[in-house]
Amino acid sequence: MSVSSIDPAQSALSAPEPSTFGEEGEAAKEIQGRSPWQLAWARLRQDKVAIGSAVVILLITLVAIGAPLIAHLVGHGPGDTYPFLGEDSYGLPIGPNRTFLLGADDLGRDVLVRVVYGARVSLIAGVVASALAVLAGGIVGMLAGYFGTAVDTALSRFMDVILSFPLLLFAIALVSLVGPSLTVSIAVIAFFSWAVVGRIVRGQTLSLREKEFVEAARSLGASDLRIIFVDILPNLVAPLIVYATLLIPASIVFEATLSFLGLGVVPPTPTWGNMLSDSLPYYKVAWWFMLFPGGALLITTLAFNLLGDSVRDALDPRYARLFKA
Amino acid sequence: MGAFLVRRVLFGLLVLWIISVVVFVMFFVAPHDPARLLAGRQATASEILAIRHNLGLDRPILEQYGSWVWKLVHGDLGFSYRGSVPVRDLLGSRIPVTASLAFGAAVIWLVIGVGAGVLAAIKPRTIADRLVTFFALFFYSMPTFLLGLFFLFFFFFKLYTAGFHLFPGSGYVNLKDDPLGWADHLILPWFALALVTAAVYSRLTRGTMLDVLGEDYIRTARSKGISEGRVIVRHALRSALTPVVTQFGIDLGALLGGAIVTENVFGLPGLGQLAVQSISDQNLPVIIGIVIVASLFIVVANMCVDLLYAVLDPRVRLT
Repeated sequence: MSVSSIDPAQSALSAPEPSTFGEEGEAAKEIQGRSPWQLAWARLRQDKVAIGSAVVILLITLVAIGAPLIAHLVGHGPGDTYPFLGEDSYGLPIGPNRTFLLGADDLGRDVLVRVVYGARVSLIAGVVASALAVLAGGIVGMLAGYFGTAVDTALSRFMDVILSFPLLLFAIALVSLVGPSLTVSIAVIAFFSWAVVGRIVRGQTLSLREKEFVEAARSLGASDLRIIFVDILPNLVAPLIVYATLLIPASIVFEATLSFLGLGVVPPTPTWGNMLSDSLPYYKVAWWFMLFPGGALLITTLAFNLLGDSVRDALDPRYARLFKA
Repeated sequence: MGAFLVRRVLFGLLVLWIISVVVFVMFFVAPHDPARLLAGRQATASEILAIRHNLGLDRPILEQYGSWVWKLVHGDLGFSYRGSVPVRDLLGSRIPVTASLAFGAAVIWLVIGVGAGVLAAIKPRTIADRLVTFFALFFYSMPTFLLGLFFLFFFFFKLYTAGFHLFPGSGYVNLKDDPLGWADHLILPWFALALVTAAVYSRLTRGTMLDVLGEDYIRTARSKGISEGRVIVRHALRSALTPVVTQFGIDLGALLGGAIVTENVFGLPGLGQLAVQSISDQNLPVIIGIVIVASLFIVVANMCVDLLYAVLDPRVRLT
């Protein structure tokens, strides 16, 4: 879980102490100093929405990792076709039953197994593309904001240009030339997402570089690179984490869209997007074929968006949050 | 204002130029041999040579680029491989469909998004606010094509089998031939495309409206005895709309992307359907044409939005 990994003092917090951060314990008890991370973690742990969505994401991740196991238990592989068991006498997919718990698709394949395998593609694409985008955006944004002047102008204009490209169309053009694959999808998603992060990081760096601690570091003879990565970067970790969690659902949607249009992962490999695309001609006769991959996709993006919103709220309580229960 | 205008137009031209270079490099210079691609799998070496000569691929790259841009500027986009129709005519017949879809969806998303945002802002922390928030998050997490599929299933198929023939499931009717049929065919695609983005706008409007409603001049307006509705619409909404306008400019690209997806779900014969078709046919001139035309549209529309923004908010012109 990305959230638990950011907490530097998880073990320290698990010591017996009141879970609220009000100091209502014995008056004699020493007042403990707490880092912003500890405070954020305490806020996050009390947030029911955050816990709930984290649990959902964890479950989806486990299911994705355990996909071969589930396929083994059910007895159908993700690409196995069952023309007689999975289709009726008209060749139409059959609905949920004992053999096919979530029904079968147009080729008589097990929808459950394919949905489970589809989670792998979605999670990999979402996490890898967002990580790349945050990495690239973070570095370019910091360089632009720190060095300013000509470097800033060049990099900022570059980001502006990327942001004003019609991305889906360029994705289409690119895929038509190099052919669709998961790698191409991830590259396209990352390439068109990093500039958003870059712009925000640039703005933050711009104000951070005027702070006293940067001046202090400089007067001690620290190099530019050291100031950027040792002094400025730690101050940007919070917004970067927030952006990473909010980029993941956006990237998952983007990947699913590419797959749906036949521009993403190539067909025999199940993805939620290409399953939904396959289900389009059958929506009148096979609701399960559309509902289960669609539901899985929606639940995943919803969980990530809710978690991202909670993380943002925990790290920056001033921010008006999207959803609060 | 003059300097801002010049700067903005120059930047738009720069983006267009970069797009033309990127497209040119992608399709004509990149590692693969376009002549081989055009010739098909069974072409002989002499055929490939002939095609290469015909396309001018044996000339220096800068010269090729120059003549390509020259043709583009004159509206010559080449010929489709399918039936040798001029790409320009092909696109011309598709643009009205995509334009109808995108324009209608944009109107709906602005009305619903801004409306819901204002509603949530004037009654913060009430059930209305919570509902708006919940739906915003729900639709925000929903991929456009998935919403389209759900619409097809519930509002077309389920209603149809229940005996209500309200919305057609696919197809397109020209606005000129049958305005009612046009709207009827587009209403599901419009909403599928609009609701996802409307979610973002309702959050945005709610946030800025709440900020604006706390300002002194709103209190002044209220204390003068102006009716609450007038305060909200005339005084608060006006300044709350500026960030909405900026966001709208940013979302134009997404609008077009969404239109591509929506067309493929609802079987609308627009640019997006053509684009996806052309990829499976490897119909490169059509793909290039669509990318160029769509980029041109986005850059110009973006420019208009920015100029509008500068009119609304004088501070922008200084930056």
